Order: sequence, then structure tokens, then C-alpha cells
Amino acid sequence: MIEFTLDRKSGTATYAQIVQQVEHALRAGLLTYGDQLPTAREVVARLAINPNTVLRAYRELEQRGLVEARPGLGTFVRRSLARPHNPRLEAGLLAWVSEARAAGLGPDDMRSLLESALTGHLRQADTA
Amino acid sequence: MTALEATGLGKRYGDKWALKDVFLTVPEGRIIALVGPNGAGKTTLMNLTVGLRRPTTGQIHVFGRPPYGESLQHVAFVAQEKPLYPEFTVAETLRLGERLNPRFDQPAARTRLDELGIPLKSKIRALSGGQRAQVAITLAVAKRAELIVLDEPLANLDPLARHEVMEGLMAAVADTGMTVLLSSHVIAELNDVCDHLILVSGGRVQVAGDIEDIVHRHRLLVGPAGTAPAGPYDVVSERTTERQSTLLVRMRGPIHDPRWTVRDLALEDVVLGYMRARDSVHLPPPTIAGTEDVA
Repeated sequence: MIEFTLDRKSGTATYAQIVQQVEHALRAGLLTYGDQLPTAREVVARLAINPNTVLRAYRELEQRGLVEARPGLGTFVRRSLARPHNPRLEAGLLAWVSEARAAGLGPDDMRSLLESALTGHLRQADTA
Repeated sequence: MTALEATGLGKRYGDKWALKDVFLTVPEGRIIALVGPNGAGKTTLMNLTVGLRRPTTGQIHVFGRPPYGESLQHVAFVAQEKPLYPEFTVAETLRLGERLNPRFDQPAARTRLDELGIPLKSKIRALSGGQRAQVAITLAVAKRAELIVLDEPLANLDPLARHEVMEGLMAAVADTGMTVLLSSHVIAELNDVCDHLILVSGGRVQVAGDIEDIVHRHRLLVGPAGTAPAGPYDVVSERTTERQSTLLVRMRGPIHDPRWTVRDLALEDVVLGYMRARDSVHLPPPTIAGTEDVA
């Protein structure tokens, strides 16, 4: 069972934060097929938020095909987003991190490099 | 179903109108924030809603019926001072609730107090402010009312107790699906809790409707002084320096004016904007319909 937390200053709507946290848990493998999400009552009794907000988040997750509501039982995971473990990819990434560290890059430098690579900006810089 | 409906509702005390020309429609299952400055008419509106006062003009209906006589079974009220008998124990208080309310759910009330760690043997006067609030809310919930009205439920509580009282109230809403009307001064606290707003000011309803819809319709416009941005909107409040104008507007369509910056607002900003503008009653009819009426 996972627990939700709220970032009240983030500006992201509360229901969207719940959706994001479930998706993240699905990607990270913290939630897998058949797992139950906390009930609306459990969530609101801890976060002091409107129960409708939780139900709305769950409806959205249901529409995306990630969970299903079983009346009287609760809301359950239908589909995992976890990628299968890939040792070669992970080893390559670890090698890259140590090479970057040796080159004097800090964590923020690495993150921004990865971000550039993901958004496609890195290639432009190379060819320029 | 409509939980709360007011048509032309007004209340006069002597020659002073505490509330005037109120039109409201609130759907069932909402958690309604009733906000406004002191003396705005919040308490009068709550008293009319729970049948403690009768309207001078117009009508108020709770789940389709006026809140008097038999219909009072469907309404619960927690006054700000949380009136409980200090010499009663918690158990005696529950017994009183059971005697006074035909549909009282004693087992659920006991379970709830047990979850909250409030001993049944304690005298009311020995409880903390937060615990007294929890007992008062437990009584109201156990009445199995469809609408529960709370006047400043968090006033005089420390931050932890405020959070705990809200947690308990939201859990009760999750259990029962009841409609909640609560008044408060602290808008930031209502953000994650309420989905409907009634803003009263000077005895009138300034804004009422779905909170997301209200926030979505308002923007802050910042631009050069002495000009006005192009586009369909109503100005709620306005502040001007020598060079710059800042407008809080209610939009009726998109605003595209390159000289003006358009900024999104939080609920608190919108509410404060209306409160500041309470003397300039130049707005068109102030009711914003519920989301289902807008599409």
C-alpha cells in the first residue's frame, strides 16, 4: 500500500498530484498488477482533503486504464508501468556517471545534460 | 439533487438588513466554504439554513424543504463555541444526542471517538479544545443529517488540532457523502477541503459557485497605467501606480493584449480581491452558476 503526500505550494492541483504519485509508483514498481490503492477515506483521514478530490484522481487513473474500481472492494491496479530490469542499460548509465564525475561534473550538471538529451537540445549543440 | 437553495432570501434585524437579495443553488455532496469579513452576514445565512431564524423575505430550502419541524432531522449545526455540557461525560453526551435525535447512530459515534482516542469516561470540561470540537462534530455526524453546517469549526484551535479536526470531518464525509457548509476566515485552509464557495460581503452574496470554475474565470492583468486591455471582462478591483495598473478581472472571453501581462490566480487572491472591492458594487448580478450549468 502506498501513502500520498501533498505539496501545498506546488501550484499543481491536488487531484493531479495524486495521479502523478500513482503513476510514479507504477513506474518505480512500488505498485504492481492487483495492488490496492488506499481508499478515499484512508487518504482524506490523513491529508484532510475533500474525498471528491481522491475520487476524481482515481477516475482519471481509471480512464487511463491504469486502475479499476471494484464496487464495494476498492480500487486496484490493472496495469504496471514498470520497465523490465535492464542490466546493460543500467551499467552504461553508471559508467557514464563515473566518467562525468571524473570530468568534474556535479549532480546538477549531469541532470541538466540528461535533460538536454531528453528534450533533443543536446544534438543541436553538437552539430552547431 | 439540490442541497441548498435560496431565492430572494433576506433577513432584517430592526431597520438593518443583515442579508439581502440572496439567490443560491448548491448541489448535493459539496463541501461549501462560506467566507466573508466579520459582520458580512455569514452567521445569519447559517442560522437561516438550520432554521434558527426565519427569513424576512424570500425562501430557503434544504433538500427541497424549508428547514423547520420534521425537516430539521436532515440538518445538523455545530455552533462556533461548540456548546456542550461541561459536567457531562462524553458517554453522557452521546446518550443525550441519542435521546434528542431519532436517527442517532450511537455505535458509529463510539467507533469514531475511539479512533480519535477520546475516552468516553472523560468529562467534557477535561477535554482540549480540539477534542471538544471532535465531540461536537461527532454528535452532528451521528445525527445522520444530509447537511452539516459548521460555524468557524477551526477557530481557537492550534495548527495540529485544526488539521486533525479537518481530517476527522473529511473522513466523515467519505463515510456518509453528506453535504457540508462551513464558515471560515482562513481561506488557505479551505483550499484542499472545499469545492464550492459562497462569498458574502455587506449582507449580499458577491460570488457563489464551483471553486475551480471561479478560479478559472479570474485573472490578474498588469499593464501600463491609463490604458485598458482589450477583451471581454469585468473589473473586480483595481490598483494603480503612476505607471502601472493592476486589475483583478472576471473574464467573459480570452484577453489578447501584448501590453498586458495575464496571470493566473489562487482562490485566496480572488477572494481577497472581492473583499477589497466590497464597496464598489458595480458588478453585474454576482452569481456564478455551478459548472454543470456553464458548459
